[in-house]
Amino acid sequence: MPVNAFFNPADAIRFLPEIILTVVATLLMVLDPLMHRRSSMFGAISLIALAAAAAAAVYAYVAQAGGAFGGMLSVDGFATFFRVLVMVVGILTILPSFRFLARQDAETGEYHSLLLFSIAGQSIMAAANDLIVIFIGIEISSIASYILAGYFRDDKRANEAALKYFLLGSFATAFFLYGVALIYGATGSINLSTVHGVLSGPNAPKEVFVGLAAAMMFVGLGFKISASPFQIWAPDVYQGAPTPISAFLSAGPKAAAFAVFLRIFMTAFEPIGTGWEPLIWGSALLSMTIGNFAALLQSNVKRLLAYSSIAHAGYVLVALTARRDSGVAAAMFYLAAYAFMNIGAFAVVSQLSGKGEEYQSVEDFAGLAQKQPFTAAMLSIFLLSLIGVPLTGGFFGKFYIFKAALESHLVWLTVLGLLNSAVAAYYYLRILVMMYMRDPSEAASRVEPLSPGLRAALILPAVGTLFLGIFPNWVLDFAGRSSTLLR
Amino acid sequence: MNLLLVVLLLPLAGFLIALFIPRSSDSASRVWALVISLVTFVASLGLLYYFDRGASGEQFTIDQVWIPSPEIHFHIAADGVSLWLVLLSTFLTPICVLISWNFIHNRAKEFYAFLLLLEFGLAGVFIAQDLFLFYVFWEISLVPMYFLIGIWGHERRIYAALKFFLYTFAGSVLMLAAIIYLYNRTQTFSYSEILEQLASGRLTFAPTEQLLLFLAFFVAFAIKVPLFPLHTWLPDAHVEAPSAGSVMLASVMLKMGTFGILHYCLPLFPSAARQCAPWIAVLAIIGIIYGALVAMVQPNMKKLVAYSSVSHLGFVVLGIFSFTQLGMDGAVYQMLNHGISTGALFALVGLLYERRHSLEIADYGGVATTAPWLSTAFLITTLASIGLPVLNNFVGEFLVLQGTALANYTWAIYAAIGVILSACYMLWMYQRVFYGEASGEVRSHVLDLNLREWAAIVPLIVMMFWMGVYSKAFLDPVGKVNARLLDQTHVNVPFRVQLNPVSLPNSVEAGRAR
Repeated sequence: MPVNAFFNPADAIRFLPEIILTVVATLLMVLDPLMHRRSSMFGAISLIALAAAAAAAVYAYVAQAGGAFGGMLSVDGFATFFRVLVMVVGILTILPSFRFLARQDAETGEYHSLLLFSIAGQSIMAAANDLIVIFIGIEISSIASYILAGYFRDDKRANEAALKYFLLGSFATAFFLYGVALIYGATGSINLSTVHGVLSGPNAPKEVFVGLAAAMMFVGLGFKISASPFQIWAPDVYQGAPTPISAFLSAGPKAAAFAVFLRIFMTAFEPIGTGWEPLIWGSALLSMTIGNFAALLQSNVKRLLAYSSIAHAGYVLVALTARRDSGVAAAMFYLAAYAFMNIGAFAVVSQLSGKGEEYQSVEDFAGLAQKQPFTAAMLSIFLLSLIGVPLTGGFFGKFYIFKAALESHLVWLTVLGLLNSAVAAYYYLRILVMMYMRDPSEAASRVEPLSPGLRAALILPAVGTLFLGIFPNWVLDFAGRSSTLLR
Repeated sequence: MNLLLVVLLLPLAGFLIALFIPRSSDSASRVWALVISLVTFVASLGLLYYFDRGASGEQFTIDQVWIPSPEIHFHIAADGVSLWLVLLSTFLTPICVLISWNFIHNRAKEFYAFLLLLEFGLAGVFIAQDLFLFYVFWEISLVPMYFLIGIWGHERRIYAALKFFLYTFAGSVLMLAAIIYLYNRTQTFSYSEILEQLASGRLTFAPTEQLLLFLAFFVAFAIKVPLFPLHTWLPDAHVEAPSAGSVMLASVMLKMGTFGILHYCLPLFPSAARQCAPWIAVLAIIGIIYGALVAMVQPNMKKLVAYSSVSHLGFVVLGIFSFTQLGMDGAVYQMLNHGISTGALFALVGLLYERRHSLEIADYGGVATTAPWLSTAFLITTLASIGLPVLNNFVGEFLVLQGTALANYTWAIYAAIGVILSACYMLWMYQRVFYGEASGEVRSHVLDLNLREWAAIVPLIVMMFWMGVYSKAFLDPVGKVNARLLDQTHVNVPFRVQLNPVSLPNSVEAGRAR
């Protein structure tokens, strides 16, 4: 497919969000040595950049929807949904970071700069319609996240987290790249739409090649979304990384990786759907089961949330197993709801953990409701949403997912998934028990008053969670319309 | 202005406003809770006034689209059965506020807020006409009760609260799967429309499909009832809950299960229900006898009352699955009776606990000499619970037994054993607690009712007599709904024993006349 011109203004607008993020991220790197005192300036600049990028993403969709750079990017509703989602995730990551970084004496420009780079990568992943662009997006996003996971250089756990994340992550990306090579060899193209055309056409290549390629890509992407059996890294990384970064990792890169996952498997590999369905079926069930049962045993809240995030990846895979547009819409809705509730929960952890992240066990939540009723009430909303109690986004997310699964007659997967969510209720309730039914712990007594940033970082996701739970239709409607645009 | 909506939303508004009452002021929150719950109760009396007793269908209908796709409606309405259950919860909430008045000091604001939220959820369960909305209310009612038990309960409260939540939640997720499955078959969540599709033959189930769907619903309800052997959460939850929680749990929340069986399981899956009826009836009878026997040996008053609930609710399930007008009328009546009399028992046990700080029967004795009025109230409640004529439970148990006898005489004989056993354990407890020599502890602590406690107990006792003497007032609308329900199930179980050789409607009248 020929590239029309070296520079095309319409393409620039379609690519504007990434441009904004990259420019500001570079600028922050430059500013870092110039600013002498520890400053919250970096955070403020990043917030503005993210808001601008989100606005640009919406504008690009409204004004210039369509393919950019000869079909390498596809600015459709699906892309816009995930672009805005990762930018909102970014904003919700930075809000609690102000106080968190100040407390650890670690405000630097590079923290925010890396965050913006990572989000730029995810934004590319969301819009990419070409395997190589997807790969580039994954790499930009991942490399920045590897460094962010090890942001506290002097911390042993952070080092372990970063190293583990990096080694396993590069290994997984290599798998993905190998899959891309196979697909190129088999079909002669790396454009998803073209691949779809070839695979569904009369001259489809041998299934063994395509199947192998799909399996390779599944390994690579399965790692990024922490789906079983590629989930081993998640608990250690989430535990070792700075808390706002754990929140970010569980929502941003994951949502973007799911966007890629959905796009590849629902467009390029859609013709061989019956082949990969059992694979995803098994991975979904395994993720839900391993995630939930392992979370039952955790005493560290960050580890607990890590296992819970594995389980939630399993729920989203259920939506993918359904192999239908309503499943895609359900996955999109769920990822949005999940981003809100999970980031909110992590924000409370970062509020409670104190200097040096000393307090992060479930026991430390004891009596929080007596010391900070507002924080406890917000966390209750997030936890009830994670359980899936009605009038929260988490409930509707699960409802849409299992509805799509039943439409595809996945009765057993639905029953096992729903029973899994009953198991999950136990470990979320344990935190509620601690907060409301025990006397204040040392951590709860020492918890500092909410900073404005943290207050916003709690209220915004809470409002989002409740909004998705009471008026789910606004988001679902958009997701539903975008999901049909995919192919 | 739809009165039913007002009754539903007043507690919710009360809850939201209660959240903003300053933490320091305990009395403001309890006064607020009392006012709002009384206003709700008065409004619900309006429902009774405007209710058309001649009709068997739903009334006070509101049907608004909540979520356009998949189409979910905010559709509420009351029929002759749900009307009484809503009234039961609005009637008991102010009483719960009154009996908690001096008992709850710790975080009083949240306590009363949760109580109001509970009232909202419970009322919603009974009046939702959309399966999805029903599920939403079903789950919402779980949350405040979980906190009521977990925060304000006794020593093992956390264990009990978790067990309560997980049991119910695990049961209800399967119901959610069944609801979604029904939607995919019918493209609607509207209950009346699904029934219409069933009636017109547009919707039919294969036998296995129907059985599985029936079980998915039934297990969720049976856990809530609770039906033997799914009852193990109940004694824990009851014993550990604060009095108000126990009252709401026993009186209203358990009825969510029996109401669900009656309202959803029977009309939706009539042949599966009929197929399972013998099994369920046997479980119900085991529950009746087992609950009574276990109640007899309990050293703890609350546990005794809790197990008596297992026994009483067995009657309700048995009545429903007799598939006779008499049995089903009796079952609904027994739901209300159990709400009043067991609610009163838990309230009175709570008052004893407030005085003596013990639930052990052995710590009491001779209370009748120190608190004669309390003892009298307790005696009337005990007699009501046993099923003495003139008091409410008699009517319900009689109708259930008669209906059951029409269906299967053997079942009725076994179930009747439960009635006898209930006299044993209740009177034996009464004897040990209220008669004999009063110990020093009892003499100095267990004082008679004060004015506030009178205000809480007297309405309950009045209702016991009223429902015992003039049951016709209550049973008329119930009978109409049940007649329609029986018609919907198309079930006519052949009578084994025809006690009265006249047609069924007449025998209904005969049953009511007693």
